[in-house]
Amino acid sequence: MGMIIQGATGDWEVVIGLEIHAQVTSKSKLFSGASAAYGAEPNSQVSFVDAAMPGMLPVINEMAVEQAVRTGLGLNAKINEFSVFDRKNYFYADLPQGYQISQFLQPIVGEGKIIIDLKDGETREIGITRLHLEQDAGKSLHDQHPSQTFVDLNRSGVPLMEIVSEPDMRSPEEAAAYVKKIRSIVRYLGTCDGNMDEGSMRADVNVSVRKPGDEFGTRCEMKNINSVRFMQQAIIYEANRQVDIIEAGGTVDQETRLYDPDKGETRSLRSKEEAHDYRYFPDPDLLPLEFDGAFIARIRETLPELPDDKKARFISELGLSAYDAGVLVTEKEVADYFEAVAEGRDAKLAANWVIGELFGNLNRTGKDLSDSPVAAKALGELIDLIKDGTISNRIAKEVFEEMFDTGKAAGDIVEEKGLKQVSDTGAIEAAIDDVIAANPDKVAEYRGGKDKLFGFFMGQVMKATQGKANPGVVTEIMRPKLDG
Amino acid sequence: MSDLTRMTIAEARDGLDAGDFSARELTAAHITAMTASKPLNAFITETPDQAVDAATASDARRAKGEAGKLEGIPLAIKDLFCTKGVLTTAASHILDGFTPHYESTVTSNLWDEGAVMLGKANLDEFAMGSSNETSYYGNVVNPWRREGDNRDLVPGGSSGGSASAVASFSAMGATGTDTGGSIRQPASFTGIVGMKPTYGRCSRWGVVAFASSLDQPGPMARSVRDTAIMLEAMAGFDAKDSTSVNMPVPNFEDAMTGDIKGLKIGIPKEYRIDGMSDEISSLWQQGIDWMKDAGAEIVDISLPHTKYALPAYYIIAPAEASSNLARYDGVRYGLRVEGKDLNDMYASTRAEGFGAEVKRRLLIGTYALSAGYYDAYYLKAQKVRARIAEDFKQAYLNVDAILTPTAPSAAFGFGEKGDDPLAMYLNDVFTVPASLAGLPGISVPAGLSKDGLPLGLQLLGRPFDEETVFRVGGVLEEAAAFTATPTDWWRG
Repeated sequence: MGMIIQGATGDWEVVIGLEIHAQVTSKSKLFSGASAAYGAEPNSQVSFVDAAMPGMLPVINEMAVEQAVRTGLGLNAKINEFSVFDRKNYFYADLPQGYQISQFLQPIVGEGKIIIDLKDGETREIGITRLHLEQDAGKSLHDQHPSQTFVDLNRSGVPLMEIVSEPDMRSPEEAAAYVKKIRSIVRYLGTCDGNMDEGSMRADVNVSVRKPGDEFGTRCEMKNINSVRFMQQAIIYEANRQVDIIEAGGTVDQETRLYDPDKGETRSLRSKEEAHDYRYFPDPDLLPLEFDGAFIARIRETLPELPDDKKARFISELGLSAYDAGVLVTEKEVADYFEAVAEGRDAKLAANWVIGELFGNLNRTGKDLSDSPVAAKALGELIDLIKDGTISNRIAKEVFEEMFDTGKAAGDIVEEKGLKQVSDTGAIEAAIDDVIAANPDKVAEYRGGKDKLFGFFMGQVMKATQGKANPGVVTEIMRPKLDG
Repeated sequence: MSDLTRMTIAEARDGLDAGDFSARELTAAHITAMTASKPLNAFITETPDQAVDAATASDARRAKGEAGKLEGIPLAIKDLFCTKGVLTTAASHILDGFTPHYESTVTSNLWDEGAVMLGKANLDEFAMGSSNETSYYGNVVNPWRREGDNRDLVPGGSSGGSASAVASFSAMGATGTDTGGSIRQPASFTGIVGMKPTYGRCSRWGVVAFASSLDQPGPMARSVRDTAIMLEAMAGFDAKDSTSVNMPVPNFEDAMTGDIKGLKIGIPKEYRIDGMSDEISSLWQQGIDWMKDAGAEIVDISLPHTKYALPAYYIIAPAEASSNLARYDGVRYGLRVEGKDLNDMYASTRAEGFGAEVKRRLLIGTYALSAGYYDAYYLKAQKVRARIAEDFKQAYLNVDAILTPTAPSAAFGFGEKGDDPLAMYLNDVFTVPASLAGLPGISVPAGLSKDGLPLGLQLLGRPFDEETVFRVGGVLEEAAAFTATPTDWWRG
């Protein structure tokens, strides 16, 4: 569903396009051998190339190229066997070369498309315009000295993929779903860790408004947004700002804006007139990037099953609902966990346990799946105990909590606490007989047509057996006795 | 003047092999000559102590039977090559105090073969110039003077310090870099041999960049054989330079067979430019006759896009330079002139740090790449460049090498072309086309002007066929029998 802004002059539609900068998962930088790892001491991972010392030359990191191709394949996009690195020229203190090596006219990946997942299982297709490789800049630190700026070049030269979407999104929710889906895909592919806190995924958001059916309006770009929540807030603020301007008789200026999450507003960074002339031209230090179909085919063979395919398989082969399948595939780690639990078991039951009890307990304790005290194998064993009638579903929930808190195995907890379900027909029959004898009036009502009282009798039997009676066995024996 | 400085590299190699003298003695003689040549201002930094140490180590290696191709040979290094622990300036104020923590691949290769560094040779600032008048460290003076005239002359550029050091017998050889003629033209002006290899033959890693798609290191020495020996040591694939080409380095010296019978030598008609002086055109004719006499076949050829080469070059080279020199911003090394904010610091640093010619080219290059002008200038120039390369490709279907003059004139006086950049740029008219096409070329001293100044002839070859260039160059050298040397007036 698109977002509609009800203005004084009627309804307005919001048009959104995104440029996502995703740091390529790679040991070294795009054009040097220095480490690209996050979090090191400032300026401890800087080669002579990254510091743009005189006479230094870039050499392409083949791993980064493979990662870009892998991502392109994951975005169902055209892979360009011939692409060119260009220099984007501008001066900034944390840009040592005075230019960023990027790809301008001939990117490594061309048009593609992805499916985004919306509420209630609804989906939409969003076009990908291109993906190109580029270097990151360093980092200016303005808070280290009262009058000077410090520069950390650890990030200088780190490989980035810029993934550009078509202006296909119509609401903050769709933009959020798009970012989440891109994040999910690159994490499945292992090409970007998707960590927005550490800046390994950032988005530039283009927003414009129009009356439904009209031409696109003038867009504003909001740079470097590093959380999905802020992005949604920025879109809402910006779209309303533009509607207000137009409805007041003004025009929207094409410009670059900054979203300030503290104030919840966007403000102008630079206008179109102040925009840089980047003087792009092919980098003469680098040959065009060329590879063949075999290179692409080799990468294609290593692609994992991606979330859309996995979701489809969970629905068609495992019989899960679209909702459950969607929840389980978003994170590859969750999907892998679920599949390990479901392996050789009732998949629906496994899905219920993962989404219900496991997620519930993780949320309760603020833990990630990777810190879960209950491994997939352990949860599987618990489900086996339900399936073979050792414990009931209700008892199993208690056992699971115990497992989660203590890390003990299900079987041990059941053993220690004597929670084994009673299936001994003699003991159960005796309990049933006692309950029937103690409640003659209820028996009469039941026989008079009040079927619902069956639950009452079941409850009484369970109470008498401390919940350990196998409900199936109780039903089997009790029903003919009640029916008389 | 010591006899030890008058030898060629090949002769010194034999003398060292025979034990006639040591590397220490050879180096000491050159240090003396270098010191005496101060009026030429050929060096920005002299490194005599390191030279003596290197020569001592060289003698030790030779004693152990581990002599390299250039064992004990004292060389001047153009101050565009980064040398570990030794000030590297590119003749620019903006690199004040810059001492690299790394050694360029080409100089590393030379040291691996036993060569000895005497010092860092002066040059035009960032190699931008054809007369060595743009160095922050002052003009380089040509050891040659016109007969009966005491006025100083330019040594050519940009490798003017290298040329002057070799021509004044201060160094046995020197490294140069050639972007549009910066090895060949100063070689012609100073009566020595200068060789520009095929683009990609020598690594550019550690060479301060001027125009990346054109820059190519090469040797300068006093004989064709010496440049062949040097190039063999300098050249080779380098994984650190993506434009370096992975091909084996042939034995260039062996390629000098002295026999060019049956080889086809092309004479491009477009190089007979309007206003070519009689002495240049008669020297060229002389060269043609020598080739014929040696049994080569002379073939008239056409390189139809030649006249567009110079304008295309003066778009492409400045465009690349405008980007390559952006890193000199006062932030990390070299000169910084403080300002009230970042932009002010940039502007002040670059205004003070760069000389007039560098600024001119950065402005031209920035303009040529600007939005709205890119297609008309940069893109058009690249198309011209492709046509020029195609011209040569067609010509080389019929000829093995091409013979032309190296420069349109002999060395000129200081200031004679200083205020007319276009007249200055015309110096490169014969050298620039091969630079745009990435071809190997050599300038060989072939005669004297009417004023008694050296004049060179240029031989161009097919890509990566330096062997033919050396082979024909050796024959040309022998025929020309150029033995004139400058009087050593600078010794006072």
